[in-house]
Amino acid sequence: MQVKQTTFKRRTMLYIPGNNPAMLQQGSVYGADGVLLDLEDAVALNQKDAARILVSHMLQYISYEGCEVTVRVNHIDTPFGLEDLKQIVPLQPDAIRLPKVETLEEIERIITVIERIEDEHQLPHDQMKVHVMIETALGVQNVYDIAKFSPRIDAISIGGQDLAADMQLVKANDGIGIDYARKQIVMAAKACKIDVFDTVFVDVENEDGLREEAEYIKKLGFTGKAIINPRQIEIVNEVFTPTELEIRKAAKIVKAFERNKAEGIGVFAVDGKMVDAPVVQRALRVLEMADIDVESL
Amino acid sequence: MELKQKAQAGSFESSDILVMVEPVEKGAGRLIELKSIVMQQFGEDLLKQIHANLDKFAIADVRLIINDKGALPPTVSARLETALKRAAQLQTGTLN
Amino acid sequence: MKNKVNIDIPEELAGVGKLEPFEGSFTKLKKGWMEEKTVPPPNKAKMPHSNKMCESLREAIIKSNPKDGMTVSFHHHLRGGDNLICESIKILAELGIKDITLAASSLTTAHDPILPYFKDGTITQIYASGIRGELGRAIAEGVLPKPFVIHSHGGRVRSVHTGKIKIDLAILAASASDIEGNATGAHGKSAFGSMGYAAIDSWYAKQVIVVTDNIVDYPCVPQSITQNYIDYVVKVDSIGDPSKIAGGTTRITKAPMDLQIARLAAEVIERSGELKEGFSFQVGAGGASLAVAKYIRKIMKKRAIKGSFLLGGVTSYGVDMLNEGLFSSIFDVQSFDAAVSSSLMENPYHIEIPAGLYANPFNCGCMTNKLDIVVLGALEIDTNFNVNVITGSEGYVRGASGGHSDTASGATLTVVVCPSFRGRIPIVKKKVHTIVTPGESIDVLVTERGICVNPQRPELKANLEAAGIKVKDIEALANEVEGITGLAKPIETTDRIVGIVEYRDGTVIDVIRQVKE
Repeated sequence: MQVKQTTFKRRTMLYIPGNNPAMLQQGSVYGADGVLLDLEDAVALNQKDAARILVSHMLQYISYEGCEVTVRVNHIDTPFGLEDLKQIVPLQPDAIRLPKVETLEEIERIITVIERIEDEHQLPHDQMKVHVMIETALGVQNVYDIAKFSPRIDAISIGGQDLAADMQLVKANDGIGIDYARKQIVMAAKACKIDVFDTVFVDVENEDGLREEAEYIKKLGFTGKAIINPRQIEIVNEVFTPTELEIRKAAKIVKAFERNKAEGIGVFAVDGKMVDAPVVQRALRVLEMADIDVESL
Repeated sequence: MELKQKAQAGSFESSDILVMVEPVEKGAGRLIELKSIVMQQFGEDLLKQIHANLDKFAIADVRLIINDKGALPPTVSARLETALKRAAQLQTGTLN
Repeated sequence: MKNKVNIDIPEELAGVGKLEPFEGSFTKLKKGWMEEKTVPPPNKAKMPHSNKMCESLREAIIKSNPKDGMTVSFHHHLRGGDNLICESIKILAELGIKDITLAASSLTTAHDPILPYFKDGTITQIYASGIRGELGRAIAEGVLPKPFVIHSHGGRVRSVHTGKIKIDLAILAASASDIEGNATGAHGKSAFGSMGYAAIDSWYAKQVIVVTDNIVDYPCVPQSITQNYIDYVVKVDSIGDPSKIAGGTTRITKAPMDLQIARLAAEVIERSGELKEGFSFQVGAGGASLAVAKYIRKIMKKRAIKGSFLLGGVTSYGVDMLNEGLFSSIFDVQSFDAAVSSSLMENPYHIEIPAGLYANPFNCGCMTNKLDIVVLGALEIDTNFNVNVITGSEGYVRGASGGHSDTASGATLTVVVCPSFRGRIPIVKKKVHTIVTPGESIDVLVTERGICVNPQRPELKANLEAAGIKVKDIEALANEVEGITGLAKPIETTDRIVGIVEYRDGTVIDVIRQVKE
């Protein structure tokens, strides 16, 4: 199956509580690359119906222009999950986010349900993406098998809060306990050549802490990060956007590569450092992140 | 849709709307009490939208007490739908 | 007769007289002089060592010989903490004075208690830059027999010079005064900073009373108001509620929407080409516009740009930027928080200026003319960029003209920041209820759903687009907003004109009609 490539940047994905009309109607204006309309943890158990209905209406009314729209549904084994899929899948948001996936059997079962619903509505299977959240120790152990199960899965993410709880970590805010999981999940995503998102940073007032964490997870290889408050977007976007210096360097490498390619030279040097194919690839990625068209160089 | 019990949905938060539904006797008609902070600008639109939703669910007799805090049309429809389904005991996938 | 912004202006209006329609921002100014005659300030005399001190405000008011039909003026530097206007009007009413014209530089919700005096004939007309709360509602419903007049801060000075506002009695609060009436707002327990709007009243009123809760040794320094204009001085226990006069420091908003709009506006300013070494700057004190300063500060530091002066209403945030060396001076016509007063006292580059120097169009050049960049708010803006900052969504008066049109006409780059809709109320729309600032003065609108450049500034649009900023057609934005909120029913009014909005040059830019109850 050939799945539609996503055209959105994925530095920041803003969680929006599914039962909050004021936030749902403004979600796309804060500069996040994506919005995560949440039917799961952000909604009280006795308001699941209200949130599901509200998100359904909003999806059909509000144009989340310029934002990738993802709906996080409840786990299929809760009393809410199946109803969520029945209501949301026919509306085909850009992606659906599945929480607490632990095993291959589970992901297989959920995607079967999704595709059955799509069949009932004569919808294709290759449009709406599936994002899988890994939030338990078992999930971390199985992450590669889960991630490679379907070409529809074009991103996985770590749910740090739940994972810390599952690991019975007492003090979780320094990220040490989930560090292994982060790396494991990144590696699985890279092996599957899909995107990988980091967990939320809960202390909204701590801007320096957020920046530090964003810089760290960028180094680990994450594509971006989930956000719980619009005020966090600017910082994470900044971290994940190449600096002017990085862009200049990348442009220089790409230009030198084009020049040398014309002359049939594969490996060459820029500013005294050897440049080969992987370096060129990284440079191209920097330009892509900075919205710079290679043709225009 | 048959209404069986009193129910409500929504809130008093800004951009939300609180909808209370009460079953009434057959033939009583649609008894609608509507308060809105945008009554002057959107009062008529709101009433039109409320009736359209009641038509959609085939409800002829009902008491609705509605307090609108400037909700957009999708929120108005969503809260009406939720309250009516709850009153008809048709809500699914939630805890009471 | 239709004016330049397509509003029907009657030739004459009972209670106001002949009306001159607005003909464009600079049509009157470009002549180089003002055709209206100016009135001379009063000539007075005092014997040496005579006593100006009065036992009470009541005694001072009685000594000023109040009469029916008089005009009494106040400044609004005490903002929401002001107690003096209510107190003074109450005394005048007790003295049986009727048909008063109230000429306060602005009125706030603190003045709600004078509403009964609108109804019993004590007050029959208002001149003010802004009116809010109960008063704003009542006047829109037509409680006053004569039309109220909304003017800009600069326009008020012109009106006093020409005698359109003929002040019989000015009652001026000060946080410190000596027994001769040298007075200031810069220190004392009720310190409120600059007295910029009060200067003109002290110069032109037939009688001037200074009211203070803090008599200091002669001579009071600094002299924001000087003794040669002052008839009487009164010591009272309190001029108002200090906590509401100046509440600590002004914090930058944490509202995500305001911050987002501010961030976009700062980006627009950075890419406009106007953010350059030595630029002058003014921002409003409201949520999104003040927040723009936060981002501009960041950009200035990053790019090592130093500005020249900050102008207008001043917050502690502006003072911080002065102290950091980002700007070389502040010219302060009105201070917004307590921290500003001490800077005004201590920093020689933080200078108090009168309203005329700030914004009066009819002199040899006010300081708003030297502005490079101003950031302003809006209650509504139409697809011709005309801005309403005076009437709310129900047609009541709930805002202020302030320096909006003054700064917008003077600044090289005028940026309006506002959300495209609030709640369900559209802000960007095809027609605003009341025009205060003409669209020709507005260069760019920044909302959360799009940035719109006035078509008269194609080079600005080109600059922004070259920097990768998406620019939206304002008609398209208005349509988008209408698609979200639905089409709001216009406010229902009668034909009766209850107020007029003067442009800064004294012409009439819009009228306010009676709201149907």
